[in-house]
Amino acid sequence: MKPWKTFAAAATLTALSASAAFAARADLVLGMPLEPPHLDPTAGAAAAIDEILYANVFEGLTRIGPSGEVLPALAESWTVSDDGKTYTFKLHGNVKFHDGSTFDAEDVKFTLDRARAADSTNAQKGLFAAIDAVEAVDPTTVKVALKNPQGSFLYNMGWGDAVIVAPESAATNKEKPVGTGPFRFDNWAKGSAITLVKNPDYWGEPASLDRAEFRIVPDAAAAIPALLSGDVQAFPNMNVGDALPQIQSDPRFKVVIGATEGETVLSTNNKKPPFDQLKVRQAIAHAIDRKAIIDGASSGLGTPIGSHFSPANKAYVDLTGTYPHDIAKAKALLKEAGLENGFSATLKLPPVAYARDGGQIVASQLREVGINLEIIPVEWADWLSQVFTEKNYDLSIVSHTEPNDIDIYARKDYYFNYDNPAFDKVIEELNLTSDDAKRSELYGQAQKILADDAVNGFLFELPKIGIWDAKVEGLWENSPIQANDLTKVKWVD
Amino acid sequence: MTAYLAQRFLIAVATLLVASLVVFAVLEVLPGDPARLMLGINATPDAVEALREQMGLNSPRPVRYLDWVAGMLSLDFGRSYTYSVPVIDLVAERIAVSLPLALISLVLSVAIAIPVGAFAAQRRGRAGDAVAMGAAQVGVAIPNFWFALLLIYLFAVWLRLVPAGGFPGWSAGVWPALKALFLPAIALALPQAAILARVTRSALIETLGEDYIRTARAKGLPFGAVLWRHALRNALIPMLTIIGLQFSFLLAGTIIIENVFYLPGLGRLIFQAITQRDLIVVEGVVMLLVATVVVVNLLVDLSYAIVDPRLRTR
Repeated sequence: MKPWKTFAAAATLTALSASAAFAARADLVLGMPLEPPHLDPTAGAAAAIDEILYANVFEGLTRIGPSGEVLPALAESWTVSDDGKTYTFKLHGNVKFHDGSTFDAEDVKFTLDRARAADSTNAQKGLFAAIDAVEAVDPTTVKVALKNPQGSFLYNMGWGDAVIVAPESAATNKEKPVGTGPFRFDNWAKGSAITLVKNPDYWGEPASLDRAEFRIVPDAAAAIPALLSGDVQAFPNMNVGDALPQIQSDPRFKVVIGATEGETVLSTNNKKPPFDQLKVRQAIAHAIDRKAIIDGASSGLGTPIGSHFSPANKAYVDLTGTYPHDIAKAKALLKEAGLENGFSATLKLPPVAYARDGGQIVASQLREVGINLEIIPVEWADWLSQVFTEKNYDLSIVSHTEPNDIDIYARKDYYFNYDNPAFDKVIEELNLTSDDAKRSELYGQAQKILADDAVNGFLFELPKIGIWDAKVEGLWENSPIQANDLTKVKWVD
Repeated sequence: MTAYLAQRFLIAVATLLVASLVVFAVLEVLPGDPARLMLGINATPDAVEALREQMGLNSPRPVRYLDWVAGMLSLDFGRSYTYSVPVIDLVAERIAVSLPLALISLVLSVAIAIPVGAFAAQRRGRAGDAVAMGAAQVGVAIPNFWFALLLIYLFAVWLRLVPAGGFPGWSAGVWPALKALFLPAIALALPQAAILARVTRSALIETLGEDYIRTARAKGLPFGAVLWRHALRNALIPMLTIIGLQFSFLLAGTIIIENVFYLPGLGRLIFQAITQRDLIVVEGVVMLLVATVVVVNLLVDLSYAIVDPRLRTR
């Protein structure tokens, strides 16, 4: 070989290896604090399930986008009958499940019928309650008949609990999830990590990442070294505590503070004396200083709320001024209620930092107006049975993380024990309305009623503290739904 | 000897039986409904009821107890409520982390403790003894999670020699898996070594006061040989007792270290299972641990007989 040929070959080789080195990274390790109990979004309420699988592995008829909007997914379009009771979905053709089986209208019918069946264990069975019948008209057309018009139906179909599953794999999705999304499930090392790989046969726009690993890092003290050492490159929602300024000042990382759908409230048992008196609830609202609670329970992050609605939603109305922090006013209201000497009550707190820390602050704030709270820490399982199911409580602190869940106040027998026909009427009307502007207006009315009634102490919206490598792009800023949508995530230089 | 063994064995079986009753009873009174916990606050009551039925939570208690014990006798520990896989599979995955970790820590602990203890005993009352025992005192006093964090910052964040935590699994290769266990093993071993070193020292010092040691010295054996060959062997019984206890602790009591290094070990499995009310997993794992402790104690009792020939004639 002549020298110049050797040189050319060497140059080509160098160029090749250089281009390989410059090719963008295509793998990502994400850290999350809780491991999902299983991997079937249609059979459990654990947020961690959706945070791994939603939009990545499983898709629904519709999907919720980064700002909470309803986008087409497996249904490319739909029409709604004039009476609002029949939805006809046009499905994408040529879609395959990860096991190779074909997706068609029968799978949609199977999924919806399974979710609303008598033996269904869907955690959000209520989403499907309005469905009367599902008909597979042809392989790419599904007709859903509703018992009554439901304005939120398309939104409901975008929940993780409404993703489409195949009859062949529905029973085994808990261990080996089979969906239609841009990522396939690869491996679950129990207690450690769940790995997804790119689906080469995806029907839509392919993902940029070849491989994504969700690593379980339960402890905040362990999460920081994992981030600093580069083992984990993204924490979509990190419990970072006091280390936030240290990370914010480090140029290797991006810190993105967004909103969740978690309304943190001082849940109040509205039927239990003296909380059944509006004046007492108003007094509590006046006694609460939201800023102090946010500073102490959420590192100063999080937006104050005056009703049960997310500030990130476009229908949000700022009602934080309804009952401003005013101790004299609170005392006066208690006096009017015949409780000038104050009273004692219990505050049951679940094992999360915002509740345990926030509870101390709320208790000290209420003590200033003469309300003595006995703090009772409880475990989650205990909270669910004592507070939520048996309604055996006075006050509690909890974040309601389901998206758009203001309608829980219209549910009979819900643990707030709140009952207001005027509010129920608004929600009923909301259910029958699909026009966006009208819906926003009704949402505004609903928020106002709850704020005026001081149903609960409305505290703050939980923040989403996203921290990731500065070279990673495409992760969501807010979490309008519990998800870590990786479809647009990529490494940039 | 046979009577001694038979007696030990009967005690072990009785312990297991009592433990099974206690474990079952305690978990029965634990408040909280596993089905409700899994489905969350938005679930409809009929969905919760359907899940309770599926999980077999609706049968009477004595029936469930007997089913459970009968299952365990045939090595069937039931299916996890939350993971819906056999408990034994879950445990097998976790043992693959916890057992090697416990063994490595134990070996490290013994390898550090015996020379240090012997060194201190040999120089009793002198500067070397003070330094060694001072170091052991510090080792006992340092909280192991704090020590673990120091190790992480030094070896993982700063030097980047080992990962900061996590476990790649043995399928990723022996070396990466061992690398992941390196820091946790050190963090676990050091406090244990400190305790064992102190026990070794005091046991040796006691033995060194015996008549036969004086005899051995008088017949001209050098002190080192007396210490390693005669004294250490006779000091083994208290040391074996401690090592047996430490092994049981290292297998199950490492939850803090498992959290700091986010290792998928047994400790974390139990902790998770308790918070998720995955009672069948808690029951199974606790029973396995009880069994392990019983077996380890049995082995320790046996090893006394090997170490001390006088026990064999009893």
